Amino acid sequence: MAMDAAEIERMIKVALPDARVTIEDLAGDGDHYAAHIVSAAFKGKSRLQQHQMVYQALKGRMGNELHALALQTSAE
Amino acid sequence: MAENQAHSHIAKDIAENDVVLFMKGTPVMPQCGFSATVVRVLNHMGVAFKGVNVLESMEMRQGIKEFSNWPTIPHLYVKGEFVGGCDIVRDMFQSGELETLFKDKGVKAA
Repeated sequence: MAMDAAEIERMIKVALPDARVTIEDLAGDGDHYAAHIVSAAFKGKSRLQQHQMVYQALKGRMGNELHALALQTSAE
Repeated sequence: MAENQAHSHIAKDIAENDVVLFMKGTPVMPQCGFSATVVRVLNHMGVAFKGVNVLESMEMRQGIKEFSNWPTIPHLYVKGEFVGGCDIVRDMFQSGELETLFKDKGVKAA
């Protein structure tokens, strides 16, 4: 079970159309990524809420197909 | 253990302990790198905490994710409030926010 970086980026952009997304494959196994996401939608949200927004964008894959996604989020 | 039983177990642990870490494995024997990272942060800060091994039952492992609305393990709770998972706890530790949080919540750190 795995996801590829393009799919992760696509899903995030569906939920956060203005997002600038950079994804790094940490282990080459399609299971462990790091992502840096910038979106105005994060403005005024706590870090916890920002990460929850990203997990919602991934529609349940986080913790299933996707084992690890080290997240860095910012509003600008 | 039924699902609502898991939720009441979780609520009880959170209510009865200042700091609770729902994790994979135990503080002495973490069974996941992310859980081990948070254990190391808490030990380094000298903060006493209760470790709850969610691998003990599927209902607990699934129940905590629903309870916190957070899809990965571990989950750190401080004075009944969900703080976050491994990334957030590590970022807060590095920025000093975690120390401030413990001070503000009256949680003793070494």
